[in-house]
Amino acid sequence: MIEIKNLHKSYKMGSNSLHVLKGIDFSVEEGELVAIMGSSGSGKSTLLNILGMLDELDEGSYDLDGVPIKNLNETKAANYRNKFLGFVFQSFNLINYKNAMENVALPLYYQKMVRKERQEKALKYLDQVGLKEWATHLPSELSGGQKQRVAIARAMVGEPKVLLADEPTGALDSKTSYEVMDLIQKINDKGNTILIVTHESDIADMCKRIVHLKDGVILEDKKVEQVRASEYV
Amino acid sequence: MFSKDRWKEILEVMSSNLLRTIATAFGVFWGISILIILLSAGKGLENGIRQDFGDIATNTMFMWTRATTKAHEGLPKGRRFNFKIEDVQSINDNVPNLRFISPRNQLGGFNGGNNVVKGLNAGAYNVYGDYPEIINQDPMTITSGRFLNHNDINEKRKIAIIGQGVKSELYDKEEEVLGTYIKIQGVNFLVVGTYKKKSNDGDGEEGQKEIFVPFTSFSQAFNMGNNVGWMAITAHDGTSITSVKEKIVNIVKQNRKVHPDDTRAVGYFDLYEQFNRVESLFGALTFIAYFVGVLVLLSGIIGVSNIMLIVVKERTKEIGIRRALGESPRSIKLQIIMESIFLTIISGMTGIIFGALFIYGVNALLDSVGPVDMFLNPSVSLGVVLSALLILIISGLLAGFIPANSAIKVKPIEALRAE
Repeated sequence: MIEIKNLHKSYKMGSNSLHVLKGIDFSVEEGELVAIMGSSGSGKSTLLNILGMLDELDEGSYDLDGVPIKNLNETKAANYRNKFLGFVFQSFNLINYKNAMENVALPLYYQKMVRKERQEKALKYLDQVGLKEWATHLPSELSGGQKQRVAIARAMVGEPKVLLADEPTGALDSKTSYEVMDLIQKINDKGNTILIVTHESDIADMCKRIVHLKDGVILEDKKVEQVRASEYV
Repeated sequence: MFSKDRWKEILEVMSSNLLRTIATAFGVFWGISILIILLSAGKGLENGIRQDFGDIATNTMFMWTRATTKAHEGLPKGRRFNFKIEDVQSINDNVPNLRFISPRNQLGGFNGGNNVVKGLNAGAYNVYGDYPEIINQDPMTITSGRFLNHNDINEKRKIAIIGQGVKSELYDKEEEVLGTYIKIQGVNFLVVGTYKKKSNDGDGEEGQKEIFVPFTSFSQAFNMGNNVGWMAITAHDGTSITSVKEKIVNIVKQNRKVHPDDTRAVGYFDLYEQFNRVESLFGALTFIAYFVGVLVLLSGIIGVSNIMLIVVKERTKEIGIRRALGESPRSIKLQIIMESIFLTIISGMTGIIFGALFIYGVNALLDSVGPVDMFLNPSVSLGVVLSALLILIISGLLAGFIPANSAIKVKPIEALRAE
């Protein structure tokens, strides 16, 4: 599904440049649930941004489901993001003047789906995350866990090839974290490919594979026995 | 292009900071109001001045004789001469597209002594020998009886049409006017009609104190022979009298044996030229109104642009989210520009409505206090409103352009990081 070879990325900071990713080789099969771990500054967010086509790589290659991702202009990148990827962020990033359903329907709007279909589909996904009754509520009226579930519904509504989650539980207490992880595991159970960036080991243990990053290189890449989040809920 | 969601979003964004939206809209509102009010004030002035010209056929010249200043064909300089009635035919034959040629003879005038007597009353009035067409060139309203006609001319009837001023001075209040006789320099004329002229300013009173009699009977009664003292010549619409006046003057010069280079022998007044001068003044007024109005509007537009920049800045994170979710840069740009145009048009329309109400108020005031000199019925035409609307759309586009570009210049990753 994801095929990365010899990935380099550096940022220019004034006169000196910061080499963040130093040659990463990494691949993900369909249906995997991968945790990318590392301390801050290890390059894990940068890697996720490149995977999410939010940032460009300097060197190396990146194929997503057989499609080479390179030389994208903004319009094309937006189109690929919309078709291939779903995003979940630490700070939820819901649009605060749109209600839950409208937030979920947003990616479909960019796919130019007609309004009625969009709403039906958004409601279906909200139902899957257990928030159908909250469809008309604004994000400010939702709890953190609910917001993240709306965000997950929004990420999944476009039926992406890969779900990218950047510290999805970073802003949540442990109980709601596990609820969110439970949801993510269930989505993964249906065969969706998911990548999670986290620095919490208990969250990482709930994935099927853990990749440790340190100083821009992969330190360790191992399959683990998945801990079901439902045990904690 | 119409998308319910897009409009919903525009309204949401506009109403999320209502006070700021209104404050921003006020700039455009004010600009367009000023533009509309200035234009209508210009129009009011134009209407007022046009009314002073009244229904006078403006494509008209007046022509009279003076003493010659050059000797010609054995005739001395300083010679006094008159037009002859044949000149009318000769002008008509040689100059195409003339509508009316009205020759006129005149008695009385400034500081003249009493020349008209009715019973025990007497007065000094301008008495004109005229052709019926003069009523088209020097418009008047017949208040009773009739005006001259061609039978009067042919049969040299001794009849007269008198003005309201003459009537009030020579007749008692309740006295019947039609069918009575007045004595003009000792010759009796039957009064068959009375007229009233639209009073314009100071000349108004003088205009009511005139007496019109048929040209032919006038010539006979007062021994004018074939002489013509004065002519009013009107050209058809589409031919300006200014363009043919040289030709007309040259014809009469030739007929009257005046040296072709004698510029002072024939006097004339070109009403059309004067009128055009005033017309160009109106043009200048309109230009100034647009100039000032558009400049005021421009400051409003800059305000809109400024606020849109701030809005974009505020929404940087939101724009980042949208782009991460796959909204194309073009769609974001379109959204910002539409917001800008929407804001401009809504506030502009309000401005147009306000301007229109203001004009309506001024008109109501004018109606209640009566007519004001040189100002009448200020108004704006549909064309002006449409062009104002066009200006608004273009300016909204311009106002949104810079913010829209700055919105998509930010990389989605940076936009997402923004707090």
